[in-house]
Amino acid sequence: MTGNAHDPRLWTPQEVEEILRRHAGREGPLMPILGDVQAAFGHVPEGAVPIIAAALNLSRAEVHGVVSFYHDFRRAPASRPVVKLCRAEACQARGAEQLAPLLERDERIELETVYCLGLCASGPSALVGDQVYARLDETNVADLVALAARGSAL
Amino acid sequence: MRIFVPGDAAACAVGADEVARTLERLAAGRGLAIEIVRNGSRGMHEMEPLLEVATPAGRVGYARVAAGQVEAVLDALVEGRDHPACVGLVEEIPFLRRQTRLTFARCGITDPQSLDDYRANGGLEGLARAIEIGPEAAVEEVVASGLRGRGGAGFPTGIKWRTAAAASAPQKYIVCNADEGDSGTFADRMLMEGDPFLIIEGMAIAGLAVGATRGYIYIRSEYPHAIKAMERAAETARRGGLLGPSLLGSTHGFDLEIRVGAGAYVCGEETSLLESLEGRRGEVRAKPPLPALVGLFGRPTIINNVLSLAAVPFILAEGGKAYAEFGMGRSRGTMPIQLAGNVRNGGLFETAFGVTLGELVEDIGGGTLSGRPVRAVQVGGPLGAYFPPSMFHLPFDYESFAEADGLIGHAGIVVFDDSVDMARMARFAMQFCAAESCGKCTPCRIGSVRGTEILDLIVAGDRVDEHLALVEDLCETMKFGSLCALGGFTPYPVLSAIRHFPEDFRREAAPAEGGSNAFVD
Ligand SMILES: Cc1cc2nc3c(=O)[nH]c(=O)nc-3n(C[C@H](O)[C@H](O)[C@H](O)COP(=O)(O)O)c2cc1C
Ligand code: SF4
Ligand code: FES
Repeated sequence: MTGNAHDPRLWTPQEVEEILRRHAGREGPLMPILGDVQAAFGHVPEGAVPIIAAALNLSRAEVHGVVSFYHDFRRAPASRPVVKLCRAEACQARGAEQLAPLLERDERIELETVYCLGLCASGPSALVGDQVYARLDETNVADLVALAARGSAL
Repeated sequence: MRIFVPGDAAACAVGADEVARTLERLAAGRGLAIEIVRNGSRGMHEMEPLLEVATPAGRVGYARVAAGQVEAVLDALVEGRDHPACVGLVEEIPFLRRQTRLTFARCGITDPQSLDDYRANGGLEGLARAIEIGPEAAVEEVVASGLRGRGGAGFPTGIKWRTAAAASAPQKYIVCNADEGDSGTFADRMLMEGDPFLIIEGMAIAGLAVGATRGYIYIRSEYPHAIKAMERAAETARRGGLLGPSLLGSTHGFDLEIRVGAGAYVCGEETSLLESLEGRRGEVRAKPPLPALVGLFGRPTIINNVLSLAAVPFILAEGGKAYAEFGMGRSRGTMPIQLAGNVRNGGLFETAFGVTLGELVEDIGGGTLSGRPVRAVQVGGPLGAYFPPSMFHLPFDYESFAEADGLIGHAGIVVFDDSVDMARMARFAMQFCAAESCGKCTPCRIGSVRGTEILDLIVAGDRVDEHLALVEDLCETMKFGSLCALGGFTPYPVLSAIRHFPEDFRREAAPAEGGSNAFVD
């Protein structure tokens, strides 16, 4: 889903074409295409937009409009591994706001906010890549950061 | 020996994968014949990872097992000794015994990815009966059940289906709303991971009932486990005749695709979700036309929440009447309630409508996890009202909560202890609305930004009376000038916080950091 955001590979038009081919003939293909592009390159490259637009018979502005609407689609790759901390109500009730400053200060990772990971009886919770973490506290959140920084999931 | 280690995200987030790997390694090393099943979660999230061992007397549980404990548990098992993590027969745990599980009947019990297991435990009976009685009778069973949409709005599902069934079009669609964005909710997620064929069966019945042959499940990107589980199950369902050109060998065909969201809360709103599926910005559409008549790609479309669709197989198998026998007033059937936040026994509790809020929070939930007094609960997600314990007599049903200026929404209950600052929670509600607004209406887009600023001033103790009056005015404007419930219902948490916890808005200017509340300590 999120891909290797901290290891942004250089993208090529050929790879975008390849993604487009995979979705040829689908109903409403734009979101799955953008999802794959984001996953492959850690962002939706500016230069990919006209290629996608042309293939789907859309204007560049339309594709841009979609990219900018959704929080998951990044315009530039993250420079550090991303830790997504849940800061919604149920995790706030379990102390998420006490963890946020610790993560914000940590220069090894980039902190992103998400609103709910569906782990609301076990918060505070976080997502790194496709790996979920819950019952976070000041101690184990440090382990999580160390793991994320090394680019390995538990 | 059959050992169950949940594959549910709430278990994996606290080490269940490592537990399963360790168990596998130890069993192989000792030459023990152990079959490991990655079941769904029983919904007792404080106990995860909850390892279960099948015995002749029933399944015996071991709670909060860490990978480092697996060896000791295994030794105890082999030697027939006790282990401190043992919680006895899982079915006898009061939290489970007190439930009425119709929708979650199989979740946590079966192997969620085994279609044979699904069939052996009552699965596919609903679809078989729908095929037998035909589309019109199937719709009428759902009408008779009194089922109302579990996604939040509570619209009668059967009536929606009748509308789509009556429309004629070359193509109709079934869309399953699995965007589950509300904080404090995870029932959709648990079901996708713990009993995915149930959702597929519900969608297939819906397709048969209204004459739709294609479907989509729209899952939020924050749910990587659920996405994988549904993709795998759909593949198996296709091979097993639960999807495809001939459902269970009948003349009815239905197939579906999994689609993944991209982090927009508003895309849970049904028309925004349809826009997103079509590949556009998730901007809310004005209604009418109803999606049941003009929905996905302009075609008649049933869009239902995961839990609504998952209730349907029971309704078809046992009859709408059997379902309607549970519940109270105009809230029929059962509701998978989610206890979340600062609560001791958090998790999934399915029960008939009518249980009181106090029973849920105090008796079943066991009060707060922190051990401090409960001060507030938010019911129904980020657009739901905050209630103090003085309102714990409220019975859990659509009407009672509406009368109390609240909503049950997707039935999430978030518990807060007495360290909560309700002025900050009110501010958060406005900030959330500002962050997630689709931008179509001014009261929502601009109002929420202004609301956040004004609440900041109130928190800082600046001209509180004047600013509170301004917030209330703004809330009125948002209520009546918003196209959808994001802008329209954000006033619920804000106004309820002001009404029930006025003291939090009239504090001396407090230091700006930390979440704790100086006036309590
Ligand atoms: C801002 C907003 C977010 C919503 N999020 C969801 C959601 O995540 N899941 C859901 O099923 N319904 C959600 N809804 C309600 C849907 O618009 C719609 O009522 C529901 O999908 C209909 O299905 P049901 O009748 O089975 O409940 C949301 C509504 C609004 C206004
Ligand atoms: S109320 Fe807000 S989210 Fe809803 S349609 Fe208007 S701007 Fe969009
Ligand atoms: S509120 Fe944090 S996981 Fe749901």
